[in-house]
Amino acid sequence: MKLEIPFTEEKMRALHVGDQVEISGILYTGRDAVHKYLHEGGKLPFSLKDQIIYHCGPVVIKEKGGWKVTAAGPTTSIREEPYQAEIIEKFGIRGVIGKGGMGLKTLKACEQYGCIYLHAVGGAAQVLARAIKKVRGVYLLEKFGGPEAIWELEVENFSAIVTMDAHGKSLHEEVLTASRNRLKELLSLPEFKL
Amino acid sequence: MKDLKKSLLELLRKTSSELPADVQKALQKGTRAEPDNSRGQYAMRVIQENIQIACDTSLPLCQDTGMITFYIHAPVGFDQIAFMKEAKKGVAEATKIGYLRQNSVDSLTGFNSGTNLGPGTPVFHFDQWKKKSVEVKLILKGGGCENVSAQYSLPDNRLSAGRDLDGVQKCLLDAVLQAQGKGCGPGILGVCIGGDRATGYEHAKIQLLRKLDDAAEDPSLEKLERHIVEMANRLGIGPMGFGGKTTLLGVKASRLNRLPASFFVSISYMCWAYRRQGVELDSKGSIKKWLY
Ligand code: SF4
Repeated sequence: MKLEIPFTEEKMRALHVGDQVEISGILYTGRDAVHKYLHEGGKLPFSLKDQIIYHCGPVVIKEKGGWKVTAAGPTTSIREEPYQAEIIEKFGIRGVIGKGGMGLKTLKACEQYGCIYLHAVGGAAQVLARAIKKVRGVYLLEKFGGPEAIWELEVENFSAIVTMDAHGKSLHEEVLTASRNRLKELLSLPEFKL
Repeated sequence: MKDLKKSLLELLRKTSSELPADVQKALQKGTRAEPDNSRGQYAMRVIQENIQIACDTSLPLCQDTGMITFYIHAPVGFDQIAFMKEAKKGVAEATKIGYLRQNSVDSLTGFNSGTNLGPGTPVFHFDQWKKKSVEVKLILKGGGCENVSAQYSLPDNRLSAGRDLDGVQKCLLDAVLQAQGKGCGPGILGVCIGGDRATGYEHAKIQLLRKLDDAAEDPSLEKLERHIVEMANRLGIGPMGFGGKTTLLGVKASRLNRLPASFFVSISYMCWAYRRQGVELDSKGSIKKWLY
């Protein structure tokens, strides 16, 4: 299904774990340095209200006076777990894209403030880079360098799956619990004794 | 070896943008195994599309172009110092062109060298052999899957794993369980039973040079490899941890002797972007043959 800008609370609350969405609009990249910076009270020259943050350190090159993204897959999200909930609350973020899922604190914040976590396919740097139509701007580039800066990206049909929704459900929790139980069963089967 | 740098640059380009045939075949099989319209099938299709674009454009399959690790076999008398010098030039150039991301960071200051060169990067493993030819293999392994790699010391109380193959099996499956989708599965396990902490990990990673369609020579290791793939693929973790049938593409197990007092099981987890390639070089350093 389509998810288009503006990313309102209503739209986010209508989505559920397992939904595959094609996002069109604006994404802001932000990874370790940005999360730490915002957590420590750092200021931004724009508003993140009703926006989506993408955990990504893209490869960006200068081309014809502008920027071009040549690889842009997601990075592991759990490193931002200490900061994410607070940032969702304080800045009014509506979506977080990354890989590997996040923890209970973020899940609670998603439920409370109407935000979702979307999982992009890890390693799919080329497919995801093709969904980026334009680099609209870059912030904190001098301070953090290319991969860690905030890139404002215009995207069209950027593909991801909702794995944590605004209703307290997490696909990651579900799969972990189910696979743990399954492993116990498998280990008790005589055919797998060595 | 006047053509060496050029050959290594080509090796770096191909490794970063194309997956070897055996890996592609295993990924295709994994794609077919996922039910229609499932999340697993979705992930596998995106992976397939990504492989195609990267191959067509010579752009990196994944933006994390990983730890650059060379494995070299050369005759006695081969000049290793000269080789490393040329290889480093090739790596810096590949980074400039964009085959590789700037991926070498000072662990104290956080400073990125911008060239992929620095203490410990790239990595070289040299071996001598009786043949006259030089063989260079390369693995690019990213941080996501490296971070879920693991080492166990047996006996392990939490897993009720003893010092036997059954215990080893429990360790391997626990590593898969803990990794979930965080290592960008479907994954591949390089495994070493024994050795010490350092050689165990090293040997586990070396197993990733094997092709996916081969099997361990030792019958009990071969059985272990089969078991783990079958069991892991029944855990329901699936591609990216989205749930599904394809959790592992392969297991490559090996063993080293150990000290009586220690029993390590070391696991090198590799992601679907299993970037491995190799070349045989002639006396001028030109590529004579691709190895995968
Ligand atoms: S684990 Fe592999 S596919 Fe995933 S981001 Fe790292 S290098 Fe890329």
